[in-house]
Amino acid sequence: MTTTASGSAGSKVAYQSTVKHGETLVNVEGLKMYFPVNAGLFVQKKVADVRAVDNLSFHVLKGETLGLVGESGCGKSTTGRALIQLYRPTDGSVNFGGTELTKLKGNDLRRFRRRMQMIFQDPYSSLNPRMSVQQIIGEPLAIHGLYKGNERKERIEYILQAVGLNPAFARRYPHEFSGGQRQRIGIGRALAVEPEFIVCDEPVSALDVSIQAQVINLLEDLQEQFGLTYLFIAHDLAVVRHISDRVAVMYLGKMMELADRNELYQNPLHPYTKALLSAVPITDPELERTRERIILTGDVPSPLRPPPGCVFNTRCPIAVDECRERVPEWREIVPTHWVACHRV
Amino acid sequence: MARLLEVNNLKTYFFTEEGVVRAVNGVTWHLDEGETLALVGESGSGKSVTAMSILRLIPNPPGRIVEGTITFEGKDLLKMNDAELRSIRGNRIAMVFQEPMTSLNPVLTIGQQLREAIQLHLGLSTDDATTRAVELLELVGIPEADQRVKDYPHQFSGGMRQRVMIAMALSCNPRLLIADEPTTALDVTIQAQVLEIMARLATDLNTAVLIITHNLGVVARYADRVNVMYAGEIVESGSAVDVFKRPRMPYTVGLMASVPRLDATEHVRLTTIEGQPPLLVQEIHGCPFRPRCDWAIDKCATDHPELEEKEPGHWARCHRNPQVDEKTRVPASEAAAAAN
Repeated sequence: MTTTASGSAGSKVAYQSTVKHGETLVNVEGLKMYFPVNAGLFVQKKVADVRAVDNLSFHVLKGETLGLVGESGCGKSTTGRALIQLYRPTDGSVNFGGTELTKLKGNDLRRFRRRMQMIFQDPYSSLNPRMSVQQIIGEPLAIHGLYKGNERKERIEYILQAVGLNPAFARRYPHEFSGGQRQRIGIGRALAVEPEFIVCDEPVSALDVSIQAQVINLLEDLQEQFGLTYLFIAHDLAVVRHISDRVAVMYLGKMMELADRNELYQNPLHPYTKALLSAVPITDPELERTRERIILTGDVPSPLRPPPGCVFNTRCPIAVDECRERVPEWREIVPTHWVACHRV
Repeated sequence: MARLLEVNNLKTYFFTEEGVVRAVNGVTWHLDEGETLALVGESGSGKSVTAMSILRLIPNPPGRIVEGTITFEGKDLLKMNDAELRSIRGNRIAMVFQEPMTSLNPVLTIGQQLREAIQLHLGLSTDDATTRAVELLELVGIPEADQRVKDYPHQFSGGMRQRVMIAMALSCNPRLLIADEPTTALDVTIQAQVLEIMARLATDLNTAVLIITHNLGVVARYADRVNVMYAGEIVESGSAVDVFKRPRMPYTVGLMASVPRLDATEHVRLTTIEGQPPLLVQEIHGCPFRPRCDWAIDKCATDHPELEEKEPGHWARCHRNPQVDEKTRVPASEAAAAAN
């Protein structure tokens, strides 16, 4: 890994990553994540599966930010967790820089976790209130046996500085910090072990707008400084457009569309993407009031009983019989623009 | 348009162990009939406390309305006794809360809960009230309404529950609807459904709406006028177009620039407002926004700015004019460093 970090604690135990900037870092093929639903009073029997993630294929390029959007329950967080093996996928392959993650177990997997970390949504519940900031950031270093003794202290100070916190606060506890500062601690914890790939799961949704902008800018700075690759999961489409290089749209466990940021927002092909984009009001009163909107009717169906054919057919304004019968193929319509829809 | 609501120098304080929290510190604003006014600001700016004060729902202790008047249809709500207040709440003034999960009673059917307000305020018989309840559910787009009135809240999705709340709020043809973050807990496509229904019904019934939100897109779409709150005060007020296009208070300028736009084709680094809002337990001298302001001058540290009419109908609380004084802008962090 190449880092531009300076100082003695900047980069010491760097492993050598062979993936170059712009090449595929994570390749996902046919990823499925099903959760069993059990029933029965005395003997629990599996009665059904929740298909949280159903047959996803995509890749993440080294150094890019791939945005993942969709409504709650669409499987975007599950996808992020299945990628870094916090959930073990039901089926499919996750290849990380040449290593098949779904086959890794025990210590091999634990060692590998250094290269992929996660930032969580809720800056309140994702930090242990009984641990000081230096313990929180030091814990992953201890687990991976990095930076012993005084070097660890220096490393923690270096990380705190990198995420914009005063190193003098190292002995303080989470409750002494504001929401935005806590999110910086969470980012510092992820960053401590020098990962290549970070899954950011709604990292700014719980923050006020002005604080949200601070954290977004920080994530962008850190990406440039440390050459990070992000999977950025969020439901705020404006934030995702801002931070991402490419954006994927999910609905009910399936990927509907994936394209370069401007291509997806200016030329959406899938009717769900179109509806989603038109549902978000633009922060311009004159423009917004003359904008045509597609208002979807009804609710998202239960992932326990997804509709046959295309999962979006129950709310789709242009659905035809074929959509109710056959699952649309995930295809590359024009280079780098993927979509799953019969009507495109 | 006739004046419906007038809030005058409202002060709502919370008396806590840490000291007096001046959550709402002297706000004055008004709302005309049929108008939609948005109250925007970050958490802790006092927008929800303002709304709760109107309905006198401030928990006492620790909270208390210490000063001001709230005149609704010519009468001061703060001087009313409990019985008078009850005849107004849910009837002339209705409210929709953020959490559709916790605002409905889980052990009563949707129909029973809808009937309660109708029977109480409109004096209908049970049968008539049931018919009206079904009509209301149809109005907010609940399919098979005649069957769904018999369901319990847990059988409804989040978006449907919020539509039930809107049906309930509008059941007695209120003159004022207060919606406190009505769609924050909902997904975007459902958010659009719910807001469109709310706006359409309010227009049909000529109900005035006070919408409290931190979503500037929602404000841009639905609000006629906007009040921006910061540290318990209104810092800017005007028509949505004026406030969005020509903000006159540096905090509003910062707020607008810190939100990425959905229609932005170029990647521009977001402008941030450095620092944190002030703690409201401390006495604030000068302008509360000064420590975070790029335009601050010496006067801002000593003189508390008044809300001034900067152009017709557009008010701001600021000694400077960020539209004109762009050249003298010094980032707040650099100004602080220079002072040390």
